[in-house]
Amino acid sequence: MALAKRIIPCLDVDNGRVVKGVNFVDIRDAGDPVEIAARYNREGADEITFLDITASSDNRETIYHVIEDVASQVFIPLTVGGGVRKVEDVRNMLNAGADKVAINTAAVFNPELVKEASEFFGSQCIVVAIDAKQVSAEGEPLKWNIFTHGGRKDAGIDAVEWAQKMADYGAGELLVTSMDRDGTKRGFNLPLTKAITDAVNIPVIASGGVGNLQHLADGVLKGGADAVLAASIFHFAEYTVGEAKAYMAEQGIEMRI
Amino acid sequence: MSLIAIIDYGMGNLRSVSQALHHVAPDATIEVTSDRQSILNAERVVFPGQGAARDCMRALQQHELIDVVLEAARSKPFLGICMGMQVLMEHSEENDGVDCLGIYAGGVHQFANVIQQNENATPSTERLKIPQMGWNQIVYKTDHPLWQGIPSGSRFYFVHSYYVQPDDDSLITGETEYGIAYASAIARDNVFAIQAHPEKSADDGLQLLKNFTTWNGML
Repeated sequence: MALAKRIIPCLDVDNGRVVKGVNFVDIRDAGDPVEIAARYNREGADEITFLDITASSDNRETIYHVIEDVASQVFIPLTVGGGVRKVEDVRNMLNAGADKVAINTAAVFNPELVKEASEFFGSQCIVVAIDAKQVSAEGEPLKWNIFTHGGRKDAGIDAVEWAQKMADYGAGELLVTSMDRDGTKRGFNLPLTKAITDAVNIPVIASGGVGNLQHLADGVLKGGADAVLAASIFHFAEYTVGEAKAYMAEQGIEMRI
Repeated sequence: MSLIAIIDYGMGNLRSVSQALHHVAPDATIEVTSDRQSILNAERVVFPGQGAARDCMRALQQHELIDVVLEAARSKPFLGICMGMQVLMEHSEENDGVDCLGIYAGGVHQFANVIQQNENATPSTERLKIPQMGWNQIVYKTDHPLWQGIPSGSRFYFVHSYYVQPDDDSLITGETEYGIAYASAIARDNVFAIQAHPEKSADDGLQLLKNFTTWNGML
Protein backbone atom coordinates (compact mmCIF):
# COMPACT_ATOMS: atom_id res chain seq x y z
CA MET A 1 0.00 0.00 0.00
CA ALA A 2 1.50 3.25 -1.06
CA LEU A 3 0.98 6.45 -2.91
CA ALA A 4 0.36 5.69 -6.59
CA LYS A 5 2.38 7.15 -9.43
CA ARG A 6 0.25 9.33 -11.65
CA ILE A 7 -0.52 9.43 -15.37
CA ILE A 8 -1.43 12.88 -16.64
CA PRO A 9 -2.76 13.41 -20.16
CA CYS A 10 -1.98 16.91 -21.41
CA LEU A 11 -4.26 18.93 -23.68
CA ASP A 12 -3.24 21.98 -25.70
CA VAL A 13 -6.04 24.52 -25.72
CA ASP A 14 -6.26 27.36 -28.24
CA ASN A 15 -9.13 29.83 -27.99
CA GLY A 16 -11.11 27.43 -25.85
CA ARG A 17 -10.72 24.45 -28.15
CA VAL A 18 -8.47 21.43 -27.82
CA VAL A 19 -5.98 21.38 -30.69
CA LYS A 20 -3.32 18.99 -31.99
CA GLY A 21 -5.43 16.13 -33.18
CA VAL A 22 -7.55 14.22 -30.79
CA ASN A 23 -8.60 11.03 -32.41
CA PHE A 24 -11.07 8.91 -30.45
CA VAL A 25 -13.81 6.88 -32.00
CA ASP A 26 -16.33 7.73 -29.31
CA ILE A 27 -15.79 11.47 -29.29
CA ARG A 28 -18.32 13.54 -31.18
CA ASP A 29 -16.39 16.76 -31.11
CA ALA A 30 -12.63 16.36 -31.08
CA GLY A 31 -12.15 19.96 -29.98
CA ASP A 32 -14.43 19.95 -26.96
CA PRO A 33 -12.36 20.11 -23.76
CA VAL A 34 -15.18 18.82 -21.56
CA GLU A 35 -15.83 15.78 -23.71
CA ILE A 36 -12.14 14.91 -23.95
CA ALA A 37 -11.51 15.45 -20.24
CA ALA A 38 -14.51 13.28 -19.38
CA ARG A 39 -13.18 10.56 -21.63
CA TYR A 40 -9.76 10.63 -19.94
CA ASN A 41 -11.46 10.55 -16.56
CA ARG A 42 -13.40 7.43 -17.58
CA GLU A 43 -10.16 5.82 -18.72
CA GLY A 44 -8.67 6.44 -15.29
CA ALA A 45 -6.49 9.51 -15.76
CA ASP A 46 -5.16 10.62 -12.38
CA GLU A 47 -5.11 14.28 -13.30
CA ILE A 48 -5.49 16.40 -16.43
CA THR A 49 -3.24 19.25 -17.54
CA PHE A 50 -4.41 22.02 -19.85
CA LEU A 51 -1.83 24.08 -21.64
CA ASP A 52 -3.26 27.34 -22.93
CA ILE A 53 -1.50 28.18 -26.18
CA THR A 54 -3.83 31.02 -27.15
CA ALA A 55 -1.60 33.59 -28.82
CA SER A 56 -3.81 36.66 -28.62
CA SER A 57 -4.04 38.16 -25.17
CA ASP A 58 -7.58 39.33 -26.01
CA ASN A 59 -8.72 35.75 -25.89
CA ARG A 60 -7.02 34.79 -22.65
CA GLU A 61 -10.30 34.64 -20.81
CA THR A 62 -11.51 31.73 -22.90
CA ILE A 63 -9.28 29.44 -20.85
CA TYR A 64 -11.19 30.39 -17.68
CA HIS A 65 -14.43 29.28 -19.29
CA VAL A 66 -12.81 26.02 -20.38
CA ILE A 67 -11.71 25.35 -16.81
CA GLU A 68 -15.13 26.27 -15.43
CA ASP A 69 -16.86 23.91 -17.84
CA VAL A 70 -14.50 21.02 -17.23
CA ALA A 71 -14.40 21.47 -13.45
CA SER A 72 -18.18 21.32 -13.23
CA GLN A 73 -18.24 17.86 -14.79
CA VAL A 74 -14.91 16.14 -14.25
CA PHE A 75 -13.96 15.49 -10.64
CA ILE A 76 -10.24 14.85 -10.70
CA PRO A 77 -7.41 17.37 -10.23
CA LEU A 78 -6.95 19.89 -13.02
CA THR A 79 -3.72 21.76 -13.74
CA VAL A 80 -3.59 24.76 -16.04
CA GLY A 81 -0.53 26.37 -17.55
CA GLY A 82 0.41 28.77 -20.30
CA GLY A 83 0.58 32.52 -20.15
CA VAL A 84 0.64 32.85 -16.36
CA ARG A 85 2.43 36.13 -15.67
CA LYS A 86 1.06 37.59 -12.48
CA VAL A 87 -0.52 36.59 -9.21
CA GLU A 88 -3.86 37.69 -10.62
CA ASP A 89 -3.58 35.13 -13.43
CA VAL A 90 -3.05 32.43 -10.82
CA ARG A 91 -6.06 33.65 -8.87
CA ASN A 92 -8.28 33.69 -11.96
CA MET A 93 -7.33 30.15 -12.91
CA LEU A 94 -7.93 28.88 -9.36
CA ASN A 95 -11.26 30.70 -9.16
CA ALA A 96 -12.30 29.14 -12.44
CA GLY A 97 -11.73 25.72 -10.87
CA ALA A 98 -8.10 24.81 -11.51
CA ASP A 99 -6.50 22.89 -8.64
CA LYS A 100 -2.97 23.75 -9.67
CA VAL A 101 -1.44 26.43 -11.84
CA ALA A 102 1.78 25.91 -13.75
CA ILE A 103 4.13 28.89 -13.99
CA ASN A 104 6.72 28.65 -16.73
CA THR A 105 8.51 31.50 -18.46
CA ALA A 106 7.27 34.07 -15.97
CA ALA A 107 9.15 32.23 -13.22
CA VAL A 108 12.40 32.59 -15.17
CA PHE A 109 11.98 36.33 -15.60
CA ASN A 110 10.39 36.93 -12.22
CA PRO A 111 11.15 34.16 -9.70
CA GLU A 112 9.48 36.21 -6.96
CA LEU A 113 6.16 35.39 -8.62
CA VAL A 114 6.57 31.78 -7.47
CA LYS A 115 7.28 32.93 -3.91
CA GLU A 116 4.35 35.32 -3.89
CA ALA A 117 1.89 32.88 -5.43
CA SER A 118 2.83 30.00 -3.16
CA GLU A 119 2.68 32.15 -0.03
CA PHE A 120 -0.67 33.51 -1.08
CA PHE A 121 -2.42 30.42 -2.41
CA GLY A 122 -0.33 27.64 -0.85
CA SER A 123 2.44 25.54 -2.36
CA GLN A 124 -0.01 22.75 -3.10
CA CYS A 125 -1.42 24.66 -6.07
CA ILE A 126 1.79 26.05 -7.55
CA VAL A 127 3.58 23.99 -10.18
CA VAL A 128 6.75 25.33 -11.76
CA ALA A 129 7.23 24.17 -15.34
CA ILE A 130 10.87 23.74 -16.26
CA ASP A 131 11.83 23.54 -19.94
CA ALA A 132 15.37 22.24 -20.12
CA LYS A 133 17.80 21.43 -22.89
CA GLN A 134 21.18 19.74 -22.80
CA VAL A 135 24.04 22.21 -23.18
CA SER A 136 27.02 19.97 -22.45
CA ALA A 137 28.97 18.61 -25.41
CA GLU A 138 29.49 14.90 -25.86
CA GLY A 139 32.04 13.56 -23.41
CA GLU A 140 31.50 16.40 -20.94
CA PRO A 141 29.58 15.91 -17.71
CA LEU A 142 25.86 16.26 -18.45
CA LYS A 143 24.46 19.73 -18.01
CA TRP A 144 21.08 21.18 -18.88
CA ASN A 145 19.97 24.80 -19.06
CA ILE A 146 16.57 26.44 -18.85
CA PHE A 147 15.26 27.50 -22.26
CA THR A 148 12.47 29.96 -22.97
CA HIS A 149 10.51 30.93 -26.08
CA GLY A 150 9.51 27.39 -26.93
CA GLY A 151 13.04 26.08 -26.50
CA ARG A 152 14.76 28.65 -28.69
CA LYS A 153 16.41 30.89 -26.09
CA ASP A 154 18.99 29.73 -23.56
CA ALA A 155 18.27 31.56 -20.30
CA GLY A 156 21.75 30.66 -19.07
CA ILE A 157 20.39 29.01 -15.91
CA ASP A 158 21.38 25.51 -14.82
CA ALA A 159 18.23 23.36 -14.75
CA VAL A 160 19.08 21.36 -11.61
CA GLU A 161 20.03 24.46 -9.61
CA TRP A 162 16.87 26.13 -10.89
CA ALA A 163 14.76 23.20 -9.73
CA GLN A 164 16.23 23.49 -6.23
CA LYS A 165 15.66 27.22 -6.20
CA MET A 166 12.04 26.84 -7.28
CA ALA A 167 11.46 24.24 -4.55
CA ASP A 168 12.96 26.70 -2.03
CA TYR A 169 10.69 29.43 -3.38
CA GLY A 170 7.65 27.37 -2.55
CA ALA A 171 6.79 25.38 -5.67
CA GLY A 172 4.66 22.39 -4.68
CA GLU A 173 5.58 20.37 -7.73
CA LEU A 174 7.85 20.56 -10.78
CA LEU A 175 6.86 19.75 -14.36
CA VAL A 176 10.13 18.94 -16.11
CA THR A 177 10.07 18.96 -19.89
CA SER A 178 13.06 17.99 -21.98
CA MET A 179 13.11 20.30 -24.98
CA ASP A 180 15.50 17.86 -26.68
CA ARG A 181 12.94 15.11 -26.51
CA ASP A 182 9.62 16.93 -26.78
CA GLY A 183 7.78 15.67 -29.85
CA THR A 184 10.43 13.08 -30.74
CA LYS A 185 8.68 9.97 -29.33
CA ARG A 186 12.12 8.74 -28.18
CA GLY A 187 11.23 8.70 -24.50
CA PHE A 188 11.88 11.04 -21.58
CA ASN A 189 15.33 12.47 -21.04
CA LEU A 190 15.95 10.14 -18.10
CA PRO A 191 19.30 11.58 -16.89
CA LEU A 192 17.68 15.02 -16.68
CA THR A 193 14.62 13.66 -14.88
CA LYS A 194 16.81 11.70 -12.46
CA ALA A 195 19.12 14.63 -11.77
CA ILE A 196 16.14 16.77 -10.78
CA THR A 197 14.22 14.13 -8.80
CA ASP A 198 17.41 13.47 -6.83
CA ALA A 199 17.93 17.17 -6.15
CA VAL A 200 14.52 18.13 -4.74
CA ASN A 201 12.07 16.75 -2.18
CA ILE A 202 8.86 17.81 -3.93
CA PRO A 203 6.98 15.75 -6.53
CA VAL A 204 8.32 15.81 -10.09
CA ILE A 205 6.31 15.23 -13.29
CA ALA A 206 8.33 13.97 -16.25
CA SER A 207 7.35 15.31 -19.66
CA GLY A 208 8.51 15.38 -23.26
CA GLY A 209 9.18 12.56 -25.67
CA VAL A 210 6.80 9.74 -24.79
CA GLY A 211 6.31 7.39 -27.74
CA ASN A 212 5.31 4.14 -26.07
CA LEU A 213 4.26 2.64 -22.74
CA GLN A 214 7.78 1.56 -21.77
CA HIS A 215 8.77 5.22 -21.90
CA LEU A 216 6.15 6.00 -19.26
CA ALA A 217 7.36 3.18 -17.02
CA ASP A 218 10.98 4.27 -17.45
CA GLY A 219 10.11 7.79 -16.34
CA VAL A 220 9.21 6.34 -12.95
CA LEU A 221 11.61 3.40 -12.71
CA LYS A 222 14.72 5.07 -14.12
CA GLY A 223 13.89 8.76 -13.90
CA GLY A 224 12.42 8.60 -10.40
CA ALA A 225 9.40 10.68 -11.45
CA ASP A 226 6.28 10.81 -9.30
CA ALA A 227 4.05 11.37 -12.31
CA VAL A 228 4.34 11.10 -16.08
CA LEU A 229 2.75 13.44 -18.58
CA ALA A 230 1.99 12.61 -22.20
CA ALA A 231 -0.06 14.11 -24.98
CA SER A 232 0.07 12.53 -28.41
CA ILE A 233 0.09 8.84 -27.48
CA PHE A 234 -3.27 9.34 -25.79
CA HIS A 235 -4.75 11.86 -28.23
CA PHE A 236 -4.29 9.64 -31.22
CA ALA A 237 -5.70 6.70 -29.27
CA GLU A 238 -2.50 4.74 -29.78
CA TYR A 239 -2.95 3.68 -26.17
CA THR A 240 -5.66 4.36 -23.62
CA VAL A 241 -4.75 5.67 -20.19
CA GLY A 242 -6.06 2.39 -18.82
CA GLU A 243 -3.65 0.37 -20.96
CA ALA A 244 -0.80 2.59 -19.84
CA LYS A 245 -1.67 2.06 -16.20
CA ALA A 246 -1.97 -1.69 -16.58
CA TYR A 247 1.40 -1.81 -18.32
CA MET A 248 3.09 0.20 -15.59
CA ALA A 249 1.47 -1.85 -12.84
CA GLU A 250 2.81 -5.04 -14.46
CA GLN A 251 6.29 -3.61 -14.00
CA GLY A 252 5.70 -3.31 -10.30
CA ILE A 253 4.79 0.36 -10.25
CA GLU A 254 2.09 1.33 -7.75
CA MET A 255 -0.87 2.61 -9.81
CA ARG A 256 -4.49 3.52 -9.24
CA ILE A 257 -6.22 0.86 -11.33
CA MET B 1 -35.61 20.36 0.47
CA SER B 2 -32.32 19.56 2.06
CA LEU B 3 -29.95 22.47 2.72
CA ILE B 4 -26.21 21.86 2.77
CA ALA B 5 -23.99 24.71 3.93
CA ILE B 6 -20.36 24.82 2.86
CA ILE B 7 -18.59 27.04 5.36
CA ASP B 8 -16.74 29.82 3.55
CA TYR B 9 -14.13 31.48 5.74
CA GLY B 10 -11.91 32.70 2.92
CA MET B 11 -9.57 29.72 2.89
CA GLY B 12 -9.33 28.45 -0.62
CA ASN B 13 -11.63 27.78 -3.43
CA LEU B 14 -14.86 26.08 -2.46
CA ARG B 15 -16.21 25.88 -5.93
CA SER B 16 -15.10 22.33 -6.59
CA VAL B 17 -16.68 21.07 -3.35
CA SER B 18 -19.89 22.84 -4.23
CA GLN B 19 -19.91 21.57 -7.82
CA ALA B 20 -19.28 18.00 -6.76
CA LEU B 21 -22.16 18.20 -4.26
CA HIS B 22 -24.43 19.62 -6.96
CA HIS B 23 -23.41 16.76 -9.19
CA VAL B 24 -24.36 14.05 -6.68
CA ALA B 25 -27.40 15.81 -5.17
CA PRO B 26 -29.02 17.90 -7.90
CA ASP B 27 -32.13 18.45 -5.77
CA ALA B 28 -30.33 19.71 -2.69
CA THR B 29 -29.82 23.40 -2.01
CA ILE B 30 -26.12 24.02 -1.60
CA GLU B 31 -24.94 27.26 -0.12
CA VAL B 32 -21.35 28.43 0.08
CA THR B 33 -21.66 30.78 3.01
CA SER B 34 -20.01 32.61 5.87
CA ASP B 35 -23.35 33.65 7.31
CA ARG B 36 -23.77 32.34 10.85
CA GLN B 37 -27.51 31.92 10.61
CA SER B 38 -27.38 30.04 7.30
CA ILE B 39 -24.87 27.62 8.74
CA LEU B 40 -26.91 27.11 11.89
CA ASN B 41 -30.08 26.60 9.84
CA ALA B 42 -28.54 24.09 7.44
CA GLU B 43 -29.40 20.46 7.69
CA ARG B 44 -25.82 19.41 6.90
CA VAL B 45 -22.53 21.24 7.08
CA VAL B 46 -19.35 20.81 5.05
CA PHE B 47 -16.20 22.29 6.59
CA PRO B 48 -13.46 22.47 3.97
CA GLY B 49 -10.11 24.19 4.19
CA GLN B 50 -6.74 24.51 2.60
CA GLY B 51 -3.57 26.41 3.21
CA ALA B 52 -1.81 26.77 6.54
CA ALA B 53 -3.30 25.97 9.95
CA ARG B 54 -2.55 29.40 11.41
CA ASP B 55 -4.27 31.18 8.52
CA CYS B 56 -7.29 28.89 8.86
CA MET B 57 -7.68 29.51 12.59
CA ARG B 58 -7.19 33.25 12.09
CA ALA B 59 -9.76 33.32 9.28
CA LEU B 60 -12.29 31.46 11.44
CA GLN B 61 -11.78 34.04 14.19
CA GLN B 62 -12.06 36.96 11.79
CA HIS B 63 -15.27 35.60 10.35
CA GLU B 64 -16.55 34.97 13.90
CA LEU B 65 -17.37 31.42 12.99
CA ILE B 66 -15.62 29.37 15.68
CA ASP B 67 -18.68 28.90 17.87
CA VAL B 68 -20.79 28.16 14.78
CA VAL B 69 -18.41 25.43 13.65
CA LEU B 70 -18.39 23.96 17.16
CA GLU B 71 -22.19 24.04 17.28
CA ALA B 72 -22.53 22.39 13.85
CA ALA B 73 -20.06 19.68 14.86
CA ARG B 74 -22.19 19.04 17.97
CA SER B 75 -25.55 18.92 16.32
CA LYS B 76 -25.75 17.93 12.65
CA PRO B 77 -24.16 15.78 9.94
CA PHE B 78 -20.75 17.40 9.60
CA LEU B 79 -18.10 16.69 6.98
CA GLY B 80 -14.56 18.04 7.47
CA ILE B 81 -12.28 17.98 4.43
CA CYS B 82 -8.47 18.31 4.40
CA MET B 83 -7.60 21.30 6.65
CA GLY B 84 -11.20 21.04 7.84
CA MET B 85 -10.17 17.75 9.43
CA GLN B 86 -6.88 18.96 10.89
CA VAL B 87 -8.27 21.98 12.75
CA LEU B 88 -10.75 19.77 14.62
CA MET B 89 -7.79 18.63 16.73
CA GLU B 90 -6.29 20.43 19.72
CA HIS B 91 -3.03 21.55 18.22
CA SER B 92 -1.05 21.60 14.97
CA GLU B 93 2.73 21.63 14.58
CA GLU B 94 2.40 23.84 11.52
CA ASN B 95 3.65 27.47 11.65
CA ASP B 96 5.69 26.73 14.82
CA GLY B 97 2.57 25.55 16.58
CA VAL B 98 -1.07 26.61 16.34
CA ASP B 99 -3.92 25.98 18.76
CA CYS B 100 -6.88 24.54 16.88
CA LEU B 101 -10.56 23.93 17.66
CA GLY B 102 -9.89 21.13 20.12
CA ILE B 103 -13.01 19.11 19.37
CA TYR B 104 -10.87 15.97 19.62
CA ALA B 105 -7.83 15.30 21.78
CA GLY B 106 -4.66 14.90 19.74
CA GLY B 107 -2.36 16.76 17.42
CA VAL B 108 -1.38 17.40 13.83
CA HIS B 109 2.16 16.46 12.87
CA GLN B 110 4.43 17.02 9.90
CA PHE B 111 5.35 14.11 7.64
CA ALA B 112 8.96 15.29 7.32
CA ASN B 113 9.76 14.55 10.97
CA VAL B 114 8.58 11.03 10.61
CA ILE B 115 10.65 10.44 7.53
CA GLN B 116 13.80 11.61 9.27
CA GLN B 117 13.12 9.26 12.16
CA ASN B 118 12.55 6.43 9.73
CA GLU B 119 15.76 7.14 7.93
CA ASN B 120 17.70 7.03 11.16
CA ALA B 121 16.13 3.74 12.14
CA THR B 122 15.99 1.82 8.87
CA PRO B 123 17.50 3.35 5.75
CA SER B 124 14.82 3.27 3.10
CA THR B 125 15.45 3.26 -0.61
CA GLU B 126 12.48 5.39 -1.49
CA ARG B 127 12.30 8.94 -0.24
CA LEU B 128 8.93 10.37 0.55
CA LYS B 129 8.13 13.63 -1.13
CA ILE B 130 6.54 16.42 0.86
CA PRO B 131 3.71 17.23 0.25
CA GLN B 132 2.14 13.86 -0.30
CA MET B 133 0.43 14.61 -3.60
CA GLY B 134 -1.65 12.04 -5.42
CA TRP B 135 -3.85 8.99 -5.01
CA ASN B 136 -3.43 6.83 -1.93
CA GLN B 137 -5.49 4.07 -0.38
CA ILE B 138 -7.81 4.40 2.59
CA VAL B 139 -8.24 1.18 4.54
CA TYR B 140 -11.23 1.12 6.85
CA LYS B 141 -10.74 0.65 10.58
CA THR B 142 -14.46 0.86 11.30
CA ASP B 143 -17.66 0.64 9.32
CA HIS B 144 -19.31 3.94 8.52
CA PRO B 145 -22.37 5.01 6.50
CA LEU B 146 -20.13 7.31 4.44
CA TRP B 147 -18.04 4.33 3.22
CA GLN B 148 -21.14 2.68 1.78
CA GLY B 149 -20.58 1.52 -1.81
CA ILE B 150 -16.84 2.24 -1.67
CA PRO B 151 -14.59 -0.77 -1.06
CA SER B 152 -11.97 -0.51 1.69
CA GLY B 153 -8.58 0.18 0.07
CA SER B 154 -10.01 2.54 -2.55
CA ARG B 155 -7.80 5.39 -3.65
CA PHE B 156 -8.52 9.03 -2.90
CA TYR B 157 -6.69 12.19 -3.95
CA PHE B 158 -4.49 13.68 -1.21
CA VAL B 159 -2.44 16.86 -1.01
CA HIS B 160 -0.94 17.52 2.42
CA SER B 161 2.23 17.80 4.46
CA TYR B 162 0.67 17.32 7.91
CA TYR B 163 -1.41 14.48 9.33
CA VAL B 164 -3.79 13.99 12.22
CA GLN B 165 -2.96 11.85 15.24
CA PRO B 166 -5.89 11.50 17.64
CA ASP B 167 -5.20 10.41 21.23
CA ASP B 168 -8.16 8.06 21.02
CA ASP B 169 -7.56 5.40 18.36
CA SER B 170 -11.24 4.56 18.23
CA LEU B 171 -11.83 7.85 16.37
CA ILE B 172 -9.96 6.48 13.35
CA THR B 173 -12.28 5.13 10.68
CA GLY B 174 -9.81 5.20 7.78
CA GLU B 175 -6.07 4.70 7.69
CA THR B 176 -3.49 5.48 5.01
CA GLU B 177 0.20 4.71 4.70
CA TYR B 178 2.74 7.33 3.79
CA GLY B 179 5.98 6.42 5.51
CA ILE B 180 3.79 5.61 8.52
CA ALA B 181 0.19 4.51 8.91
CA TYR B 182 -1.83 7.60 9.82
CA ALA B 183 -5.45 8.58 10.38
CA SER B 184 -6.81 9.65 6.99
CA ALA B 185 -10.42 9.71 8.19
CA ILE B 186 -11.90 10.11 11.66
CA ALA B 187 -15.49 9.79 12.78
CA ARG B 188 -17.51 10.21 15.96
CA ASP B 189 -21.27 10.51 16.23
CA ASN B 190 -22.42 13.06 13.63
CA VAL B 191 -18.91 14.12 12.58
CA PHE B 192 -16.91 12.59 9.74
CA ALA B 193 -13.63 14.15 8.62
CA ILE B 194 -11.32 13.09 5.84
CA GLN B 195 -7.81 14.22 4.89
CA ALA B 196 -8.28 13.45 1.18
CA HIS B 197 -10.31 15.53 -1.25
CA PRO B 198 -13.48 13.58 -2.12
CA GLU B 199 -14.45 16.35 -4.55
CA LYS B 200 -11.34 15.49 -6.59
CA SER B 201 -11.38 11.72 -6.12
CA ALA B 202 -13.41 10.68 -9.16
CA ASP B 203 -16.24 8.17 -8.67
CA ASP B 204 -15.31 6.98 -5.18
CA GLY B 205 -15.07 10.54 -3.93
CA LEU B 206 -18.43 11.41 -5.47
CA GLN B 207 -19.95 8.34 -3.82
CA LEU B 208 -18.70 9.49 -0.42
CA LEU B 209 -20.21 12.95 -0.97
CA LYS B 210 -23.44 11.37 -2.12
CA ASN B 211 -23.51 9.25 1.03
CA PHE B 212 -23.04 12.41 3.07
CA THR B 213 -25.99 14.14 1.41
CA THR B 214 -28.32 11.42 2.67
CA TRP B 215 -26.61 10.64 5.99
CA ASN B 216 -28.73 11.35 9.05
CA GLY B 217 -25.69 11.70 11.30
CA MET B 218 -26.22 8.38 13.03
CA LEU B 219 -23.90 5.39 12.94
